[in-house]
This record gives sequence, structure tokens and C-alpha cells, in this order.
Amino acid sequence: MTSITKPLIPLAPLAKNDLGLTIRDYEGAMSTLCAGCGHDSVTAAIVYSFWELSTPPHMIAKLSGIGCSSKTPTYFVRGAHGFNSAHGRMVTIATGANAANRELTYIGISGDGDSLSIGLGHLAHAIRRNVKMVYVIENNGVYGLTKGQLSASADIGTRAKRGEPNEIAPIDPIMLGLAMGATFLARSFSGDKEQLVPILKAAVAHNGLALIDVISPCVTFNDHEGSTKSYRFMREHEVKEVQTDFVPLRTEIHGRIPSDGTTEITMHDGSVVRFGSVPEGYDPSDRQKVEEYIRDRHSRGEIVTGLLYVDESAKDVHELNHTPAEGLNKVPYSKLCPGAAELASMQASFR
Amino acid sequence: MTFRFHSSDIPFGWNRVEGGRGVEPTNEQDPNYYHQVVDCQWACPAHTNVPGYIRLIAQSRFDDAYMLNRESNVFPGVLGRTCDRPCEPACRRDRVDGSPVAICRLKRVAADLRGDISERLPIIPAEKNGRRIACIGAGPSGLTVANDLMPLGYKVVMFEQFAKAGGLMRSNIPEFRLPSKVLDDETQVILDMGVEIRYETPITSLHALLKEGFDAIFVGVGAPRGKELDIPGRHDENDTHIHIGIDWLESVAFGHAKEIGKRVLIIGVGNTAMDCCRSSLRLGGTDIKVMARRPREFFKASPWELEDAEEETVQIIVNHAPKRFVIEDGQLVGMEFDVLEWDENAVNSTVLDTVIVPCDDVILAIGQENAFTWIERDLGMEFGKWDMPVVDAVTLQSTLPRVFFGGDAAFGPKNIIWAVAHGHQAAISIHSLCEGVPLHDRPPMGMNLASQKMGMTEWSYHNDYNPSSRQQMTHVELTKRFASLDLEVELGFSAEQTAREVQRCLNCDVQTAFKDKLCIECDACIDICPVRCLTITTNGEEADLRSRLSAPSDNLAQSLFVSAPLPQTGRVMVKDENVCVHCGLCAQRCPTAAWDMELFDLIVPYAASANFIPIPVRSSGSTDSRVRN
Repeated sequence: MTSITKPLIPLAPLAKNDLGLTIRDYEGAMSTLCAGCGHDSVTAAIVYSFWELSTPPHMIAKLSGIGCSSKTPTYFVRGAHGFNSAHGRMVTIATGANAANRELTYIGISGDGDSLSIGLGHLAHAIRRNVKMVYVIENNGVYGLTKGQLSASADIGTRAKRGEPNEIAPIDPIMLGLAMGATFLARSFSGDKEQLVPILKAAVAHNGLALIDVISPCVTFNDHEGSTKSYRFMREHEVKEVQTDFVPLRTEIHGRIPSDGTTEITMHDGSVVRFGSVPEGYDPSDRQKVEEYIRDRHSRGEIVTGLLYVDESAKDVHELNHTPAEGLNKVPYSKLCPGAAELASMQASFR
Repeated sequence: MTFRFHSSDIPFGWNRVEGGRGVEPTNEQDPNYYHQVVDCQWACPAHTNVPGYIRLIAQSRFDDAYMLNRESNVFPGVLGRTCDRPCEPACRRDRVDGSPVAICRLKRVAADLRGDISERLPIIPAEKNGRRIACIGAGPSGLTVANDLMPLGYKVVMFEQFAKAGGLMRSNIPEFRLPSKVLDDETQVILDMGVEIRYETPITSLHALLKEGFDAIFVGVGAPRGKELDIPGRHDENDTHIHIGIDWLESVAFGHAKEIGKRVLIIGVGNTAMDCCRSSLRLGGTDIKVMARRPREFFKASPWELEDAEEETVQIIVNHAPKRFVIEDGQLVGMEFDVLEWDENAVNSTVLDTVIVPCDDVILAIGQENAFTWIERDLGMEFGKWDMPVVDAVTLQSTLPRVFFGGDAAFGPKNIIWAVAHGHQAAISIHSLCEGVPLHDRPPMGMNLASQKMGMTEWSYHNDYNPSSRQQMTHVELTKRFASLDLEVELGFSAEQTAREVQRCLNCDVQTAFKDKLCIECDACIDICPVRCLTITTNGEEADLRSRLSAPSDNLAQSLFVSAPLPQTGRVMVKDENVCVHCGLCAQRCPTAAWDMELFDLIVPYAASANFIPIPVRSSGSTDSRVRN
């Protein structure tokens, strides 16, 4: 925690986005996390992404559960709606909020404990329902807020700062997502905003649940020699073969590159995710190939990052449920709740 | 599955960048690097530790602040009123919110509110070292030479043409800007060190002086000759209503000129012209016009001096070139001017019209020059361009090894703070000469760096950015200020103003110090920096590097800090020094203490440090002035 808040310096005008807002308008309160926490870098990437996308702050809803990660929504977009829910229930609240008002941009911040332990069941069902939201797991492999016990994402062989090596198999949210039918799966690293920012922007554009597993080192409890989620380990073992760029809708796309292996996926809102380079034979829309590739690299001790899988054709929760195009909160009450007589007549029809 | 730990290279996505290409790592052992970051101190010819004394003022330690000032600039009270302030245009605060810290007027606060500092002055050895030094002129440069040499046991003989010490500080700066009490106090401190001063003793022959056997002679006679304007009518009047600016100011200062006509024209727009027009208002002038040949943006006067004159109803008239003096029956009645129109850069002009401006007096303030009529040209002293003696820019030595020059006498008119800086350097040279040390072996600049960390999130300095705007100096009311010549116009900062102004200082001397080996590249410092002056990137040539920084890097006058390759990826940490506000947030957010905030204390060499002689003082006061927080 810092002794002062980040001062607003009246320098030569800061750049403004399409709404006339500067990046400082997308910041939040000062972080109270440990100095050097990966989560603060993720926060900075989120701030930058929303600013560049010119998302109106009041059209953003930020949600979280419990944990170090779940503190972070306080630290970005102070003008957004926010909900700090019970442990592991971030996505249930997000599902309800999204059901009521589909017009907001939902971003849920969770951690490996919140999502892969107590909230795993909710995560699985939200993936199934394809709730349109950005779901960020700030994954550091430990429970930082309770002094660094190993979490469900800790790799076999990893050690707690002072303890025995872990022998329990980890849950990998990407493999879980592939198994559950997730439609947008990415892995990134808090120490690499060049990669994380385009992924976040693509996630906002995605029509469904966009799950981003961000390896975000815990400097206090898990940035040591026995850790597989430290800054050094990531820099030594990360494979960045899947490289993506995000081209927002409003940008005119010049001279499309001919098919030299470059893949482009047009998102629901018309923006484009461009894969600058992918490994040979890799197809980010082929679930089976993606799974094989990740398993193969994983068995060699490598951590694959990038936007790994996208399926933009799947229906989101509202399409699956045939809800109106506008938010339910805008549907007149009389239509939303037609009254006792209508209920009685409906019940009569079941008899 | 097994992971490999700590491979020596980075095999996959993070291709380690190998060093060797791009900008060399910044040399943090070089005091000049950190010195440049302290823009005010770097810009000051005497390298006064500005942030250091501002922090002392903030703590009401006025004696300490005064002594810290005096160490480098010798005349804090005088300079706190009259300095040309090269520090202020350089001030980082100017780049941040458009107006610099009022450094000069804070200096005055320390001088005005100090107590008795006599106990803290150097002890002058009773036993002399046998060397005799002559100083010609008791102005700022000569007094500085005496100030630096007296504590080393030298005997200094000072020759002064007037009956009082001070040189141009006395003769050319009117009392309403610099009260004589302030000047007397600060010159007397030096004379009281035992300087033998011979008043009303103008030197008429260097040859004669050389024969007196001084070990060294320091020439600090200023640039005493005002420039003439030889246009028709200049010598046609019976009476003398056409004056040379600096001569007239001198007559005013010594009480010879007591009045002037109602309508006065000042020719020229330098700082001397500003003193002339404002003095005229106090000697009976009511309609004062400053006549300038060129447009306002090409004026030589400091902007604040122009403002102060205009506040006193002086009219400044541009694009008027003097053509002739209008003399009727031997009486000056006016002056004729060509009205000019200039091209964009005021290089070429065309005459639009000719006008006669009636007046009672004209003061010529179009510059001043040196006059070395008293130096015989057969002594072997080499003279160069504009008939100026050839003087070494570093040692201030002339081609006669025992004769040194300083102040305006050395390289033409500059200002007081330059004169002081010359005095310090000349004193070093004279001491080296007497000790047989080669003059170009200058004692080096040194530095101390000390961490300012006081706890987890606490620094020893006030690191938060204070949004106060620059405090405006209060002046004596316009209706009252012309009553007498010695009524000081500026009232000085109030306690409240001082308290606000000191907090505007960004503490540039509390430096961001980076230890590349500790960095884990977590980006915490980059994310928190309020001015985005930090970037981790691959190295490259400077222009390329500047194009890739977090914030636009367009101030090429400000250096880049570039670290050695970082341990994990081989990228480098780059800091654009341009607008860092020294808030210390990078160091607070750094998990490994790779960043630290360290107090940079520049150790400026003086004659006493030339061969490391510590100067004893009677008492260091209740607190050591070197503890600057």
C-alpha cells in the first residue's frame, strides 16, 4: 500500500479516447495489494483496454468474490457498477445481473481459489450457459490472503514458500473450459501487457463467456525458486506461439493479408481478432486440435499462452433463453409480470 | 510431468535480448547525471542546492537554509531580490504546471528571517600563509574571491573606486529593489574576515600594481562603460539632459543625481533600462516611456522586470528606432524616431513613419562594455576580440599567469550569480597557482547518495504532489511607493505564501535510483507512475528508444536513464527524466527495492577543497546544515 494516492499531474494534455476521457478516468482507488503483485498489472491492463475501447464507465459492471484477486475491481474504472459477492459466487451474481440487463459489459475478476475451489461448480455452469461476460482468473497458485497455502491450480512438484512439494493434480481452467464447451479461452501473463490487452479487448467483444486465465505471480508467497507461477518461471517456460491482435470495428482494416497462415475471426460486434502467428497446424476454432496442442506442450513443461480457442458461432445465454433483444429491465413491468389472471390462465392450460 | 527450474537461457516466448546494441547503461557513478536531473541546480552557475534549502525553509530552519545558500552563492539576501534566476526557467515545475517554483523569492525568505549566523562563519586563521592577493573592485566576484581565500590564510587587499563595497550591486541596482542594509550586511561579513579594503582607490595602472609583488591579482571591475548613441544632436545641448544609464544610476545611488524631468525617454529594454525608468519615477518623472527598436518577444529584460515597470505606469513602446535628438536653443525638447515594421524574426525592417516624441530627459540604456584603459598593452597580456583580455573559460586566468579575471570583466556583461561563480573558480585557480598545482587540474565534483526510506511507506521528504499555484509577490501600493527612492517595493512572501510555495518544489534532488539486478520486471512501477515516465523495453538507439516510451518523449534536452539489461529478459528499464515528479510511488510499489529514493547531495568544490582542507567553523549551530531534510 502506498502512502499517497497517485497524484493527478496537470501535464500537457493526456490523450483522450472517443468519449473524450483520459486513461486516468478509467482508474480506480489505490491498490492495497502487496507491492509488485501481478494483480495490479492485470488491473492496469484492464484500465488500458476499457480506455482504448472507449467503453462508457457507467456501462461496465465489475464483479468479484473473495480473495486478493477479488479486491481488484475497486482499483479500476471507478465510474462502473460493482458487486463484491460471497466467496465463489461472483459468476452467479453476474449471471443474474446479465439476465436482468444484457446491455452492460460484465467483467468478473476471480482467483484460483474463488473459481477453481469454492466456486468451481458455478464456473462450470456459467460456461455451459455461455453468459456474456469477461471472466478473468488471476491465477497465482496460492491463497495469498490466508498466508500462502497452495491452491487448486498449484502444479505437482511446486512448493509452498515453506513446505512440502505439492502432490495433488492441479485444475487447469483452460482444459476445464475446453471440456465444458467454453467458447473463448485464453491464457496470459500479468507481466506481458502487450499480449494481455488485445486478449481483454477481444474478450469484451466476444458473444459469450470469455475465460482468461492470467498467471499473476504472488510476490509475497509464490515468487520463489520452488514456484511454477513466479515471474522468472513464466519468463522461462512461457510459449507465446499464438499471437493475436484485436482490431476494433471502428478501425478501417487496410490491405487484408492474404492467406499465408494468418487467421482472422470476426467477432459478434463486427470487430476482428487477427491471429498474427499460430503454430503450424493450429486452428483456434478447432477444439480438439487446441486441446492436443496444449497437452503436448504441457507434457514438455511449457506453458502455452495467447488466445487459444474461440467459437463465435455459439449462442449466448439470452439467445438460448429467447429473451428480448433489450435488457429485461427495460421491458415494461406489465409485460414482464402480466399479473395473477395471466398466471391463472397459464396454469389452466397445463391442466 | 516435470518442470525445469532455472534454465540459464529463456528458450521459448521470451527471447532474451542480448546487450551491446543501443544506448549504453547510464553511469550512475557520475555526479553529472544526477546533477542534471536537479534542473535548478544544474542551471545555476554557482550550483546552489535549491531543493535542499527549500526543504529547510519548509521546516522554518532559516539559518540552515541561509548557510546552505551562502556556501555557493555568497549573497543570498542580495540574490533573493535581484538574481537573474537562471534556475526558474529550468525548474521542472514549469514543465508540469506552467510556472516554476518562486526559487528566488524563497531565497529572500531565508535571508530575511535568518538569525545571527556569525558563529557559523569560517574561522580566519590568525597566522597568515604569507600569500598576498589583490582584488580590483569590491563587487560580487572580488568579494567571492576574498570569501573563499580568507579562511585559507591568505591576505587579501581590495581596491575599490567608491567609498563603499558592492560594485554594480550598489551602483546599478536601485534601493527600491535592493535596500542598502541588505547589501551592507552581506558585504560586511566578508570584509570582516579581515580583508584590507582601500576605498576610493581606483587602479590606474596594472603595471604599477604588478610591481607591488602580489602573488595574484584578481580583476573584478565589471563592465563599467555605458554604450553611447552617436546620432545627430547628441552633443548639441547646453545642459546635460541626455544621460548614460549606468552612470546615471550610479549618480542616483551615491546621491549625486536627485531629480529628473517630468517626461523621460529610456532608450533600450534591458534590465538596466527597467531600473532607469523606475528610478526616474522616484526622482520626479511622471511620463516615462521606454523606447524599443524591436518587438516585445526580442526584449532583453527579464519578463518580471518588464511587468514590474509596467505596473508602475511605465509605457513600453515598440518598433521605434532613434534617429536624432531634437535640440532647440541648446535645450533638449524631444527625440525623433523611425517607426519600424519588422519581418517575422525581426531581422529586416521597413520604415513606416517618422515621429517626434517630446521629452525633458533621455537615458541611454543600450548596453554596457568593458574598459581596460588602465591595463598597459606592453605588459604581455594578450587581448582578443572586442579588445577584451584573453581569459581561460575554466581557470579565469589571463595570459599573464598571475592575473585573473571574473564577473563582467571576464567575458562581458552577465549577472551577479555568474560573477559569484567566477569568483569561486578564480579562488580555486589562485590557490592552485600558489600551491603549485596545475590550474587545469580542477578539484572534481563529488556526490553523496542516501536512501530516504523511513519505513514501509514513508519517505523522509514530503513526496505528495501539491497542486498549489505559484504565489504572487505583494508590492507596496502604487500610491505610496514613489515617496522615496529607498522604499523597497517587494514586501516578501508572507508565512502563508512561503508555506504554500515551498510545497510546490518537486524535490528533484531526491533521486530515483535503480538497481537492475534486483528487478523482476513485474511492471508495478510502470503502472503506478503518474506521469508514465518509465518503460521496460528492448534497448535501441536513443531516437528509436524515445519513440517507444510509455509517454511521448519529445524534450530532447532531458536525458534518458537506461539501465543495464534486466536479469530475466535482457530488456532495459528506461526513465525519461523530463517530467518525473519525484513522488516516490515507483519505489513504494517496487517489491524488491530495485527502485529507491535517494537524496543526491552535490559536493561542489571550492578553493578550500582544492587540496582537501576542511574549514573549521566556530559552531555548526544547533543542527548541521548538511542534514538537509
